Amino acid sequence: MSLLVVKNLCKRFGGLQAVGNVSFTVAAGSIKALIGPNGAGKTTLFNLIFGALPPDSGQVWFAGKQTDGWKPHQVAAAGMARTFQHIRLFPKMTAWENIAVGRHAHSRSGFLSSLLGLPWTRREQRAVREKALDIMRFLGVEDRAEVEASSLAYGQQRIVELGRALACEPKLLLLDEPAAGLNMRETSEMAKLIARIRDTGVTVLLVEHDMTLVMNISDEILVLSYGEKIADDRPLAIQKHPEVIEVYLGEDDA
Amino acid sequence: MAQRRNWPIVILAVAVIAVHLASAAAGKPQYLTQLTMAGYYSLVIVGLTLLMGYTGQISLGHAGFFAIGGYTSGLLTTYNLQGGGAFVSLLRATGLLVAGKDLYGGDLLVMRPWLACLIALAVAVAIAYLVGKPVLKLRGHYLAMATLGFGTIVYKVVLGSSLVGAADGISDIPAFPLFAGLAVTGKSALRVQNYYVAWGLVLAAMALLTNLIHSRVGRALRAIHGAEDAADAMGVDTARYKLQVFVLSAALAALGGVFLTHYNGGIGPSEASIMKSVRYVAIVAVGGMANLWGALIMGVLLNFLSLRGSFGSYDDAVFGVILLAIMLFAPDGLLRVELVRRLPNMRRLRGRAP
Repeated sequence: MSLLVVKNLCKRFGGLQAVGNVSFTVAAGSIKALIGPNGAGKTTLFNLIFGALPPDSGQVWFAGKQTDGWKPHQVAAAGMARTFQHIRLFPKMTAWENIAVGRHAHSRSGFLSSLLGLPWTRREQRAVREKALDIMRFLGVEDRAEVEASSLAYGQQRIVELGRALACEPKLLLLDEPAAGLNMRETSEMAKLIARIRDTGVTVLLVEHDMTLVMNISDEILVLSYGEKIADDRPLAIQKHPEVIEVYLGEDDA
Repeated sequence: MAQRRNWPIVILAVAVIAVHLASAAAGKPQYLTQLTMAGYYSLVIVGLTLLMGYTGQISLGHAGFFAIGGYTSGLLTTYNLQGGGAFVSLLRATGLLVAGKDLYGGDLLVMRPWLACLIALAVAVAIAYLVGKPVLKLRGHYLAMATLGFGTIVYKVVLGSSLVGAADGISDIPAFPLFAGLAVTGKSALRVQNYYVAWGLVLAAMALLTNLIHSRVGRALRAIHGAEDAADAMGVDTARYKLQVFVLSAALAALGGVFLTHYNGGIGPSEASIMKSVRYVAIVAVGGMANLWGALIMGVLLNFLSLRGSFGSYDDAVFGVILLAIMLFAPDGLLRVELVRRLPNMRRLRGRAP
């Protein structure tokens, strides 16, 4: 069963065709990777799927609903979460508070009840904090809970950002270069972590340049070049795909 | 956790009483008058702190909302409806109007202050909603310019309308009776009571806002400040939250305006001036931006000094210099809770380092 269906998605910036007629599906419970040279349109595709950019044409179906044209907060509430290529933590909030923001769609204290500090909102807040700390324990960073996000080491910022997305309890998790800037040890830990997250039932769609990570954990790989899909297959088939070798892997090796 | 959060409120309440007793003991009861006025200005400042410091949305037009509150209530409680049509008779029959005599012994029929106050707040909220909806789509400098434009419009309107006394403003605004003989008025017989009315409102506002900033909503607001796109991606309806905070801060400003106007018995166009808006922004900045208590303390201190005339004819210039100096030398403000809160973490880190 496909959790995400992308149909004929197009996005043009002036004279540049950033995403041209891209279609693919992501099966529930799988890890799908999106690869391609710089400027291939990967992040644009993410933004289109998440509603951060409106598509020129095409459709996005998520969990049975057509979500193109929705705003990001609506897509998030429907069960999609994401991380960013350049870490977008809330710098002046502590690590656990950052993760707690991820619980937004799963809690409901509004303006008035929060102003009045009603007992149920305080109970809800305690539950949110507990959940955030649980997630930090799952990620092995619970000792950083009270540290301001801007003071965290880079690798920890990546982990906390991932935790914030997990706090949304997403059906689908979009990871934009989760291993960017990480060293080899951190990258292999990140790969294990992503696999663990998939094992908890979360479907993952990720953009990544680290080929070892991509080949090790992906069930399927989609290759983009100049905004167009050139391959969509299992890792072993992708490695042998002549066009992929030419535009991407070949270039890298050269 | 909840109890620790309430401590500052308790301390503030004790300080309010202590200041009253100290001023009485020192034989300077007139200080309470300036402190009462400073209290009403503090309502604007804490609301603006929520908007600017926590949510990251600047407003250079909050004097406009203060003036909308004060002017609306002042106008409605002084505008003579004597000889009006059937609608006026109907209002009079429902007890919403009050008859009296003007300075020259003529008959006066005006709106009851509590109704005027509610209408003033409603008008401020409606205008904040209508202005906020489009301008909050703007960011940074553009938002500052747009709110500055709004403030300028309000200033020019009150300055140019003979209905609200043009450059003279509105005077002879009646007292605002609250309950049990208590009224918002500048009469020295009720000076102490009015001091407690003002600071009771400030305490209530602080209690509510402290609840808010520690809540799900408060976290969402700080998230908008930190990274709006990421907050959006976490399910925060950023446009709605920004508008709600803008309206709430405008309502607090208008509330301060209504009460101070009845306390002073008048209001003039200088309350709507851009320099007043700049003053509010300067105080929020000097208080530490995202620091309700810092803003309150600096607000009371600076407004008290200003109202006592300590800055002489350089009053507006002082606040301009303060804003400039803060932006240059201490953009995070002088009173920073973060710094204090971060110290234990630093110590812990250092202890763990090899």
